[in-house]
This record gives sequence, C-alpha cells and structure tokens, in this order.
Amino acid sequence: MISERLIHILTDSFWKILLPGLTMTIPLTALSFFFALIIAVVTALIQFADIKILKPLARFYIWVIRGTPVLVQLFIIFYGLPNLGIVLPAFPSAVLVFSINEGAYGAETMRAALESVPAGQIEAGYCVGMSWTQVMRRIVLPQAFRTAFPPLSNSLIGLMKETSLASSITVMEMFMSAQKIVARTYEPLALYIEVGLIYLLFSTILTKLQNIGEKKLNSYGYQKG
Amino acid sequence: MLEVRNIQKSFDGMQVLKGVDIDVRKGDVVAILGPSGSGKTTLLRCINFLEQADSGTMTFNGESYRFGHISKQEILKIRKKTAFVFQNYNLFRNKTALQNVTEGLIIARKIPKKQAEEIGRQALEKVGLSDRCGHYPHQLSGGQQQRVAIARAMAANPEIIFFDEPTSALDPELIGEVLAVMRQLADEGMTMLVVTHEINFARNVSSKVIFMEDGSVIESASSSDFFNNPREERTKTFLRTIVGGKAESDVTAESLYKR
Repeated sequence: MISERLIHILTDSFWKILLPGLTMTIPLTALSFFFALIIAVVTALIQFADIKILKPLARFYIWVIRGTPVLVQLFIIFYGLPNLGIVLPAFPSAVLVFSINEGAYGAETMRAALESVPAGQIEAGYCVGMSWTQVMRRIVLPQAFRTAFPPLSNSLIGLMKETSLASSITVMEMFMSAQKIVARTYEPLALYIEVGLIYLLFSTILTKLQNIGEKKLNSYGYQKG
Repeated sequence: MLEVRNIQKSFDGMQVLKGVDIDVRKGDVVAILGPSGSGKTTLLRCINFLEQADSGTMTFNGESYRFGHISKQEILKIRKKTAFVFQNYNLFRNKTALQNVTEGLIIARKIPKKQAEEIGRQALEKVGLSDRCGHYPHQLSGGQQQRVAIARAMAANPEIIFFDEPTSALDPELIGEVLAVMRQLADEGMTMLVVTHEINFARNVSSKVIFMEDGSVIESASSSDFFNNPREERTKTFLRTIVGGKAESDVTAESLYKR
C-alpha cells in the first residue's frame, strides 16, 4: 500500500510543509500571541481597576469577539474591509484577527488571575507606600502571571493550531502548503496526516516549553496559595 | 503626633465607628482592646486609609486632614511615614524575605538598592531572621512571616507602626516570638498603635489602653490605671470576663480559640 512513490512524495513534501511552518505558522503564532498578551493585560486591568466607560467597552469587546467564529472574523477583515476601501494584505490581516481574538480570551484568563491575588497583597503594597501602578507592576501582575501561565500556555498551543484557518484568506502557511501538494499529487490521506503530525510536533515542543517554564517558576520560590 | 477626632464609618447603614477620638504621642505604645465587632480593626484601617471613613478629622505630624476629603497624594505621603502589620502578615508571596523588606524602600521611597538591602538585612537581623533573607514566605512559619512583616514595617523608619491583631492568626506556641519583637520595638521608643487580644501585652508593654465597644471608646487610660483602677462599669465587666480568675497564660490561648 505504501508505495515507493508515496514515500518519495512524503519525504519530498516534508520540507515543503515544514518550511512555511517555520516561516509562516510560527511567526504568525508568535506575533499574534505577543499582541494578544498586551491586549489581554490591558483589557483585564481596565476591568480590574473598574475604570468607568472603558470597562463596558472591554466587556463589549470580549462579548463580540468570543461570540463570533474566528473564520468569520478573518473573512470580515480580509474580504469585507476592502468594501470600505481598507485593503490589508493577508498576513497582517491574520495577525490582526488572531491578536484580537486571542486577546479577548486572554483577557478573561488574566482577569480571573488578577482576581485570585488576595486583597491583602494589594493592601500590603499600599502600606509600604506604593502607588496603585507600582502595586500592580511589582506585586499583583507577577503573581497573576504565575497563575495564568498554564491556561495561557494552553491558549498559545490552541492559537498555533488555529493559524491553519489563515489558509482561507490566502496566507501561505503549513496547511495551505499541504493542500497545494495534495492538489498536485492526489494523496490527501497521507499528506493531511503528515501536516497533522507536523502540527503535533510543534504542539509537543510548546508543551515541553510550558513544563520547563512551570518548573522554573516553581523553583523561583513562589507557589500558589 | 497622631490625633483623630470624631471618626465615623458605616457599612451598609450599620454604623461601625460612632465618633471615635484617639490621641497618640511620640513614643506611646497604645493598645486598643475590645470584644470582636467593636470596630477596633476598622478604626485602624480607616486611619491608614485602607477603608474610607465617612467623616472626622485627623492630625498627623502637624498636618490636618479631613476624612472623606483627602487626596491620593496626601494618602501616599502619610503612608510613607507609617507602617502597617496585618493579622495575616500579607507578605508579598512573589518576593523573598529580604525583598519583602526592601520593596517599599526601593520602589516607593527610591532608596538605592544597595543601601536598601543593607537596611533590610539589619531589620531582619533585629527580628532574628538574618539567616532567612532568601526564603520565600511559604517557606517560613507563621511566626517567622509575622517577624518579617515587622521588619518590613520598621525598615521604612516610620513615625508610627499600626498593628492589626498581629498574633491572632498564629499558633499559640509562635505568639511569644512575635510579642518579643514587638516588645523590643516598644523599648526602643517606637510609636505603636496596636489592636490586640493579648491582655498581657496591653498590661506589660503598652503605655496606654483604649477600650472600645460597639463602635465607641468606652475608656481611655494609662495602662496601669486601666488594669488597676478602671473607671467604667463596662471596662470592669470586660476585664472580669477576660481575666476571670484564670491563669494569665491561659487567657491568650483561650481568647485565640474563641475566634
């Protein structure tokens, strides 16, 4: 069943799929996650600090983004916005959508993590003379990040897999590369399994990194609770 | 040095502080006694603005403030001259013992790191924990954590230290080490305002006692007058229930278990 031809196709395509994985999927994931983290922290802090006007806006943003499919969001930005004269290239569109999307989920993770820091930690910060900003930066956020690290790592792995959706707006990432080879060779089963395995390889590496990160945080001394 | 006049505070329509006056002079060690729910802790938290009092005035270091009409800058300024020791220690969980002490010095008071660490080490040595500088709070016992918290308070070189039931969360056998550190501080002339259930501390260490009940000050007297010649009937009743013919060493343990 596994002919010499198939083996040849698979080995030949491995690099052709892995390369866009390294040059597209990973940068797309890393950039989107970076911006998503910034959005998440800001949105969570706005809610945590109970800032008027901005807080309902934050809730609205989370409500809309979490309530609509990423695929629809991608299509609105890439195929929809040109109707308004706004034309964004495929890659920036994907980064934009994934950042905003992941940011909304990350904001909820961060909010929960911020709320899990005992009020006494904040009061103690005030009592040694720190301002709200100093207390947040030095005491609350580091503790919240520790709590949020495992769920955020999960989100990162989820995001990495989700970037395959960018193929639908013409981003030449791993999945799209696999599709192209399938179109040429008519070996969908083998090739889609192959690309799946490469995604699995990436997630495995991320999971390992997560484990190392958690160990490092623990040896840093701080334990939850 | 610290004068509080007619401080009032309500929670959801329940009046917790019904116009309390407090006077603390430099070097005073004032113990605030009273049954649970008498408003002692709320009073202390209002004076350090952890709670916002509804009305009243306060004079601290010669400057007057009105509760409810005080700016964030003024609060920050006052807090840099005061320190607070919590019932639950509230050490920063993400910092070592030494970092707990130096954090406020470096970040809030802008003292150079090296100098702050020098002060921090001295403070930890004073509370007998110079060998625990690099330990994180969860690696320390309750008594050790509270001593770090006291080191954190005194390192800031405050005009006054507020203590909110500093031994109430501790196992009975750990209370002594914390009280010893507090006593040492008092002997060195530190001004202290201490909400406590430790009758022995109030009797032997504090210079003045304020007895509160139901949101009001019932009696305020020198420590010896308070215990030997209480004026108010309610003070006498309180002292009888607390000392009640029991051996003094039992008192602290028993009042602890009641909580």
